[in-house]
Amino acid sequence: MSVPVWRPPKFIVTPWIRYGLLFLVVVYLVCSLTPGLVPLVSLNIDWTRAGRGLPRAADMFSRMFPPDFSRSELLYSGLRESVQMALAASLFGMLLSIPLGLIAARNLVPLPVYLVGRALLGISRTFHEVIIAIFFVKIFGFGPLAGVLTLVVASMSFIGKMLAEDIENMPPGQLEAIKATGASFPKMLLYAVQPQMLPRYLGVSIYRLDANIRHSTVVGIVGAGGIGQVLAASFSRYDYDFSLAILLSIVALVFIGEFFSNWVREKLR
Amino acid sequence: MLSITDLVKVYPSGEQALGGVNLQIDQPQVVAVIGSSGAGKSTLIRCINRLVEPTSGRVLLKDTDVTSLSRRALRKARRRMGMIFQEYNLVERLTVMENLLSGRLGYVSFWQAYRRTYPPQDISRAFELLKRVGLDGYHNTRADALSGGQRQRVGIARALMQQPDLLLVDEPTASLDPKTARQIMRLLCELAHEQGTPAVVNIHDVNLAQGFADRIVGLADGVIAFDGAADELTAAVLNEIYGEEDWSKTIQKSGADRSAGKDRGALERESAAG
Amino acid sequence: MTREDQARKYPDVWKRFTPRETLVRYAWFIGLVFIAVWSLKRLEIPWFYFLDAHEQAADLVTRMVPPYWEFFADITGPLIETIHIATLGTAITVLFALPIAFLAARNTTPNAATWFVGRFILVASRSVNTVVWGLIFVAIFGPGPMAGIWSIAARSIGFVGKLIAESIEEIDRGTAEAIEATGASRLQVLMVGVIPQVLPVIYGTIVYRWDINIRESTVLGFVGAGGIGIMLYSSINQFAWHEVSVMLIAIFGIVLISELVSAMVRKRIT
Ligand SMILES: Nc1ncnc2c1ncn2[C@@H]1O[C@H](COP(=O)(O)OP(=O)(O)O)[C@@H](O)[C@H]1O
Ligand SMILES: [Mg+2]
Repeated sequence: MSVPVWRPPKFIVTPWIRYGLLFLVVVYLVCSLTPGLVPLVSLNIDWTRAGRGLPRAADMFSRMFPPDFSRSELLYSGLRESVQMALAASLFGMLLSIPLGLIAARNLVPLPVYLVGRALLGISRTFHEVIIAIFFVKIFGFGPLAGVLTLVVASMSFIGKMLAEDIENMPPGQLEAIKATGASFPKMLLYAVQPQMLPRYLGVSIYRLDANIRHSTVVGIVGAGGIGQVLAASFSRYDYDFSLAILLSIVALVFIGEFFSNWVREKLR
Repeated sequence: MLSITDLVKVYPSGEQALGGVNLQIDQPQVVAVIGSSGAGKSTLIRCINRLVEPTSGRVLLKDTDVTSLSRRALRKARRRMGMIFQEYNLVERLTVMENLLSGRLGYVSFWQAYRRTYPPQDISRAFELLKRVGLDGYHNTRADALSGGQRQRVGIARALMQQPDLLLVDEPTASLDPKTARQIMRLLCELAHEQGTPAVVNIHDVNLAQGFADRIVGLADGVIAFDGAADELTAAVLNEIYGEEDWSKTIQKSGADRSAGKDRGALERESAAG
Repeated sequence: MTREDQARKYPDVWKRFTPRETLVRYAWFIGLVFIAVWSLKRLEIPWFYFLDAHEQAADLVTRMVPPYWEFFADITGPLIETIHIATLGTAITVLFALPIAFLAARNTTPNAATWFVGRFILVASRSVNTVVWGLIFVAIFGPGPMAGIWSIAARSIGFVGKLIAESIEEIDRGTAEAIEATGASRLQVLMVGVIPQVLPVIYGTIVYRWDINIRESTVLGFVGAGGIGIMLYSSINQFAWHEVSVMLIAIFGIVLISELVSAMVRKRIT
């Protein structure tokens, strides 16, 4: 008697689709990774140069150790600038997200206004922070101002989107009841919308503060201030032991930020 | 006081909810609007304060033609109409007192509303009403901590805070258990009489309507099929409003209730706050 | 009843907050203002820049239109490269994230030391931004898509690994135990008892991350790690705004498409 063999169920049931997909994956890998195989599509990878990557990585790591914390002055001022950028951007983002969230909520505003609101949200969310940062650097010059503005835009659209979705999911009855008392639109926001939105709004804002701390470490790479600018400079000078010190500080900062944000959100519950 | 002429509402979907309704209320009385669900009861009262825009027809509240008002004037008119909902529609995260005071929103400035600095007479009226609806001492309780019956009491008090010329009440008891439903209905009718405010009360429970209302209007398919006193309601009339059914039990029982209602009222009021 | 009578019977003052609560609220408010002032002040923001900011921005926009559409032919290659970087980076992520997730999940990790290593890798990977990883890998592999692919992978491992580890910790123990009871080896238990249960989460997370990676790979070029970012950066630096607008539109397009594709696929598999 044969022992019945149990086989885990396949995720894709039809065999020919399963093997077909596998075949496509192999074709894709070969085409993309072989330089010059398919014009335009194949990646321009210099495999001999890449092959030297491992020894170079080893060399880099050896130069990274021990991390050099001696320039603590520069390190500290970079970190402080990042934190300040994150804080300022969170506060202004919180303020600006309110009008943005309101005009992007279909149950509060007429259709044309809503479309404008949604378009603003969509555009600012598709472009990576670094792209936005570089534009602000072009307009306002190098320095933390460009970084703050970038993070303000990112926070505004992030919190604004949450807010708009929350408002749209709000039970309509309370709005209607306040409207029926003859209250004007601003008073309706005050009595029917604000009380329901406040806890989530604060939670999302705190989360965003944490995200801003993380992002404030990158916008500097295109010259928008903060620790990122110090990091980019150290890399361009092959100053790897200082780079590692900066990286470790960033990790510590991000960790503290995440811890703080989790703690506050726990309290808000 | 309220005069509705040829009120028609056709929803954008093409559904005709009201097909020319005429209704006059000349004295402070409780008018129960009965009818099966989908008959147009909610649409009717929502057209009165224009939460739903009527398609045609006229609504006169005292001398104001509500149907022709600008947005600004409409807000002023809405201050004179208190509304009570089936789902209570209290602002859950605000205190009972804030919910009551929200009935005065049309009269205070934005800043006053924000700071919760309402005129003293509003505050004392709120305390008076709270006591009257049996929620003495609940002013700082958050609305989401209340039971269904308690919430509806707050809803009634909020509407009365407006010192309205008219109460619009949409299925006030449909989400409540039978006993609480009777208590709420009694409270509502007593208060309407005390304050001399006419009330239009949508209700699908014929018993409750007969037991408490001064006048009954039957709505069927968006037109008025009956308009008269509670005891004029016969099986034939109910057939017209709701369709064929054995109504003998319903009518008898409601008649008995009506005579017994008065004595039991006091008893039920005592347990009201619970 | 006159007003005085009524006031005698019912209180006519009511405060939403007790004095203590009011004090706390003011303290919060002052604290926030203080933070705002502190963070703005030390940043030494040159406020006069704002005076002509709107003119600058308007100027920028007028320079960007009309887009120089012919330029589109020049950027197809970099656009495809951008998508490759995201896709291949995500593929590498799959290879690494799964074993690391097994180390980082409490119910599948062999011992406390391996658990710590797993967690550490996940945290380290997530705390360094993709662009910062880009700096590191450009130093290793030299400029080009190779550095980009590895930066994407390095950042995504933490993201994907964390979510998979969390879902492994939530699996139904019964199935895995039943297989363990047949005397199966540790690897067999993983393959048969654990992986099938978390497979939908794995696929969903990966597709979701791929969509994020498309967006990330548009800027890797700023540090030399390949993709459309290289050309975008140089066009911006040369003030070739007509070209910049074409690239922005193209980026908007691929980000939008990837979002749609990812949403569609995720809807299919869950
Ligand atoms: N917002 C709406 N859009 C379209 N049709 C509606 C809407 N509201 C109600 N209706 C329709 O109008 C009719 C009357 O509804 P309603 O006034 O809610 O009745 P009732 O309150 O008596 O149950 C129903 O047929 C309903 O389907
Ligand atoms: Mg109804």
